[in-house]
This record gives sequence, structure tokens and C-alpha cells, in this order.
Amino acid sequence: MDMSMYPHAVAMSVDEFMSWSNATINELLSAGTKRAVDKLTGPIWSWAMRNSMHPLHFGLACCAIEMAAASAPKHDAERLGMIYRSSPRQTDVLLINGWISKKLRPDIRRLYEQIPAPKWVVAMGECAISGGPWYDSYNIVQGLDQIVPVDVYIPGCPIKPDAMIDGFMLLQKKIDAYFKRGVFMED
Amino acid sequence: MSELSRTGYQTDKMWVTMGPQHPFSHGLWTLRIKVDGEYILDAEPEVGYLHRGWEKECENRTYAKIIPMADRLCYSASMTWSHLYCKVAEEALDIELPERAQYLRVIADEICRIQSHLMWLAALGTDLGNLTIFLWCLREREFFLDLNVRLCGQRLTTNYPRIGGVRNDMPYYFERDCMRVVDRFENSLWDIINLTDESSVFVSRLKGISYLTKKQVANLGITGPAMRGCGVDYDVRRDDPYAAYDKLDFEVPVLKDGDAYARYRVRVEEMFQSCEIIRQAFNALQKIPKTAPYRLKVSKNIPAGTHMAHIEDPRGDALMYLVSDGSGSPYRLKVRSPVFVNVSASKAMLDGCRIADIPAVMAMIDMCLGETDR
Amino acid sequence: MPDDAMIEAPTKTDVEALIKGKFGSKAVFRQTTKKNSKADNEGRRLYIDTDRDTLYELCQYVHDRLNFEHIIAVTGVDWVDHMQTVYHITNYLTGMVVEITTDIPNDDPHVRSVSDIWEGANWHEREAYELFGIIFDNHPKLERLLTPKSYEFYPFRKSYKLRGQPDE
Repeated sequence: MDMSMYPHAVAMSVDEFMSWSNATINELLSAGTKRAVDKLTGPIWSWAMRNSMHPLHFGLACCAIEMAAASAPKHDAERLGMIYRSSPRQTDVLLINGWISKKLRPDIRRLYEQIPAPKWVVAMGECAISGGPWYDSYNIVQGLDQIVPVDVYIPGCPIKPDAMIDGFMLLQKKIDAYFKRGVFMED
Repeated sequence: MSELSRTGYQTDKMWVTMGPQHPFSHGLWTLRIKVDGEYILDAEPEVGYLHRGWEKECENRTYAKIIPMADRLCYSASMTWSHLYCKVAEEALDIELPERAQYLRVIADEICRIQSHLMWLAALGTDLGNLTIFLWCLREREFFLDLNVRLCGQRLTTNYPRIGGVRNDMPYYFERDCMRVVDRFENSLWDIINLTDESSVFVSRLKGISYLTKKQVANLGITGPAMRGCGVDYDVRRDDPYAAYDKLDFEVPVLKDGDAYARYRVRVEEMFQSCEIIRQAFNALQKIPKTAPYRLKVSKNIPAGTHMAHIEDPRGDALMYLVSDGSGSPYRLKVRSPVFVNVSASKAMLDGCRIADIPAVMAMIDMCLGETDR
Repeated sequence: MPDDAMIEAPTKTDVEALIKGKFGSKAVFRQTTKKNSKADNEGRRLYIDTDRDTLYELCQYVHDRLNFEHIIAVTGVDWVDHMQTVYHITNYLTGMVVEITTDIPNDDPHVRSVSDIWEGANWHEREAYELFGIIFDNHPKLERLLTPKSYEFYPFRKSYKLRGQPDE
């Protein structure tokens, strides 16, 4: 079927949609449009997303107290744009700050899947990195990366809020690299 | 619900889950409530999301290695939990702490109590929508965390008490810094109270809800400021004293009202009393020579027997029961956490409340789920 | 004073005499050997061993007659050939703590629940059940509390070994 570059609400079957979108992407790639659009918009998305990382309001254990102290006046995390959101549908970052028990494991996976892409995961503290002091427990998952893919690991037990802000600045660099690589039509 | 049924609507009661991820839950637990419109009929807390088998892991560690683990039982008030663990080990070894160590432990405990109550007040303010309290309380709390750093190097899970004393003597500038912080805090706490007590919204959200009688509180096993706000006059520091508390003169705030506002007032008054205790402890420390011992050498193995100790944690009455078998690891170390029992009494506390009252009432327990689930 | 009036603030000698008078040889008092314990020296601790048939009556007596209103903890201990439950009960007015220890055989791990005397024991008994397998009769809701509901083993028994503990 003859489709222009601006599909309006047209009913297509799955196969038709897949073949249309592949054709469009190949056209754009060959004409260099994707590269042009990415070069133009990549820095804008990167600036927007890295200055407004919205983590999920999810406090587990000791590191959560230091996470709260990081939003406090002495080490102000909100100057980086970090506003905690209550619903996972409105967040960008899943911040796990405590040990993960087997009861909680399906809930973390579900929260991770409820966060819309693009999303990042930060493992805060020794317990989230590798199980921490509870290495021989029958009820603790030995590390967050057994459940979800992790982007930044921040070590400490508990973390100083300065370290958490440093970790988030590293995450900012990672976000920058992700968007400047080009995300036009990448879904 | 009789009003709605008069008009012919069909109403039903349903169970609502305030799940583990919730902005007002202060920790990882689920509260399932049975609601009839806005009123709560039944409540069932579900805990265990932070269960790590702490007591079983202790059997796999030597006695000295358990001290930092005990810190992470209740991470807000970690100094009192490691104090409690060292106390039960000292009861088992049947040693008496040197005087300097006793006063240092008292000072460290009271600093811990103040900073824990400030964190509680910050969380309470956030729940009720007053975010300024969160910022002001955490700013004051940072001064006390700085004192912790000066004393032993860590902000939160301090690892300061040792079996037989404390890790190090206080530095020469600690008394000056501590008195500066305490003097400043006694004034700035009045600023914070102006935000809470003078605010009619705050008071009306707390006054008159969640009444508990003295008999209910005693039966349900609720301890701590939640119990003293209902008229029961019991504080382990005064009635079963330990570590130099019997040489200090302080008041235990008790209110007879029994509602959530009384429980809030008791905690604020406790902060003022803690400042008093710190002052008196420093005065007493000046009479003890600086070269007095602050730590005794103890053996690695604890003789066989059963031993118990209990202290007044900021959240209530905390107990540890140690069964030792003569080796270097405990045979059984049981932890009784005050929040465990306070959470089990949620149904009685939420009796007659509405959904909007839940954050205020639950914040009165001052949840710290690390000690609940162990 | 009438025979079943409540004594508000009984001293240590009162409590010992009354319990010995009512229960005789069923309640065995352990003498403390600690010299440096402040609480023991000032008479605020009592240690009683009893068997599981007299446990409920003893708890009722201590609650109704001696005004021990507050149960602090119910603990389970696994001595490999038998189990034990330990109760710590306190009186608000004197600050005294009574520790009652009961032995329970391995092949019949039942003991009467005290949660109808003190509601505060409810969750403690649930926890002892799920971690040790001690069954408390007449408990309103004896289910798993801390561990996930799908667990079928009793983690705190000595037969369950953690990672790194040697299997003998």
C-alpha cells in the first residue's frame, strides 16, 4: 500500500505495519535523515533527561535513610532535578537501597517492568550490589543484578549522601552517552 | 453507610492494599485495610519484606562481629541496638562497665534518640503534607550526625560500643561541640514546634483520633512513646536502670489523653529531656579523670548460660535474650523489637479512623522495619 | 486480704513466696550467680522453670494476681533433643522481669498459647511457629508471618544449615 511518511490512524495488520516501518527506517537511514535528526535532537533529550531524573519513592533499609538525608538541606539532591515520584509509571530511575528479600523479589521485577522506557536502575549500597553483610542468609537475593539489569553501582554501607549524589552524576554521564548515540526511531 | 443505602445504592466493604511500595509507609510493609467507604473496619499488617534471618546469621559469627550487624537492626537508632547487644554480652560475661564508658554510652544513646526522633518528625510532617518540617528537622539532624562523625567516624550505623566499653574515648573538642549543638537545638526545636503545634491543620489531623486505653496498651504490648502517650508510666531507663541512668535526674513525659496527639507530644518532650540528660552526663564526666579506662579487655568465649537484657530504644522496650554455649559464637540470640509488637496492634490503633488518618496514626509507631523483620 | 486479690507491686520475695505456695514443685526457681548485674542485685529478675502443663496456669496467675501486665517476648530455642519456649513478662510498677522457661518434646511440639492472656504474645508465637515449628494450641491465627508463604521448612532449627556452616 502506498503510505506517505505521515501515517494517520489507518488500520493495518501486524505484518503490514512491520513491513511499512522497516521500509520507512531504511529510507531514513539511507537518506541520512536519522543521523541529522539525532545530531540535532540528541543533545536536547540528553539535557532534559539528565537534569530531571525522577526516582521512585521506594525506601527499603538503611540506605533509604541516607537517601532521605540526600534530599535534605545539607546535601541537596533536588538541585540535580531529582524529584521522587510515587507511581512507577511516572519515574525514570529505579533506586534500590537495601537488601532484597525473596518476598520482595517479584515486586521489584514488577516495578521495574512498570517503569516506561527509557529507564535506568541504580543499585545503592552493598546489599543491593551483592547481598552485603547478609551473604549467608536463606532469604536474601545476593545482588540486584540477579533480578534487573543495573546501570550504576554505588558502594557504601550505608552510603554517604555525597556518594549518592556522585553516583547520580555518573548516571547523568551515562544518560548523556545514551541519548547522544541516537534514539530517533529506536523503539 | 446508612445514608447511601437509603438512596438505594448498593455498597460493599472491600479490602484495600497499601502495598510495599507506598510513599507514606515509612518502610517496607503492606497494610491491608477493610474499608466501608472511608471508614476502616479491619486492618491486617503484613511484614516480612526485610526478613534476613538475623538471629540465625548471628550463630554463624563471633561475638565481636555481631556489633555492626546489631547496628543494622534498626538503622535509625543504631547506637541503642549495639548498646543493647553489648549489654547482653556483658551480662553474660558478668562484668561491670567502667564509669567513663557508662557515661559515654549514655551520651551516645541520647544523641541517637534525638536524631531518631527528628527523623520521625520529618517523616510525620511529610505524611501530613507539611514539607517544611521535613527540611527543618533534617537540617537539625545533620548537626547530630556530625557529632556522631566526630565521636566515632560514621554518621548512621555507628559501630561505637564494644563488649566491655566503647571503641574510643571522646576527642578533646567533643564536649564543646556537643554543648554548642545541644544549646542551639533547644532553641531551634521551638521553631519546629511553631510549625506543628501552632498549625491548626496539623493539630486537627492528630487530635481526637485513634484512642487507646491503658488496659489495651498493656495487653497489646505496645511500648515506648506510644504507650506513654496513653497514660502508662513505664520507662526502662528509670524503672530498670542501666549504664549510669540511675545517677542522672530526668523526667519521663507521660500524658493521659491516649490519642495520636498525645503520642506526638511525648516524643517532642523526650527530645528536650534528652538534651538535659546530655548536659548532666557531661557534668558528671568532668569529675572522672581523663585517663580512666573506657574499655575492658574481655575474653572471646562467653561461658554457657542464658542471659537477657533490655533497654529503652527510641521506639520502645527492646530486649535481647542470649543463650551461650561456651564457644565464640552465640547458640541463640533472640531480638525483641518494639516496632514488631506495635505494628501487630495496628487494628486496635486504626479503630474508627478514616483512610486519611492512616499516615498520621501509623507514623506514631515510628516504623523501622529492619528491626521488625530482622 | 482476700485470697484472689491482685497485688499491684509485689516485691521479689512476695512473688517467690506466692508462686511457691500455689505451684509447689512444678515451678522451679533458678538462682542467679551474677555478681555484677545491677538488675539481679536490686531484685528485679526472677527465673522460673516449669513444665508445659502448668505453663498456662502459671501465666494466668502471674497476670491476674501479681499484676504482670506486659509480656515482652516469647522466644523459641532449639536444643537438638528438645525445644524450649521462654517467656519474659514484666510488671510496670516495679520494673521486675520474670523469665519462664518451658521444655517441649520434639515428637509432640505443642504448647498452649498465652495470647488470650496477653494479646502482645500473638505475633511472637506466630514467629516462633514459623521459625521453629512449635505449634501453639488455641492461637487465633497460626500462619507464617515473616517468611514467604511458600516456605515449608523451619529455618531456625539447628538441622537447617546456612551457607558456610559446616554440615556435621
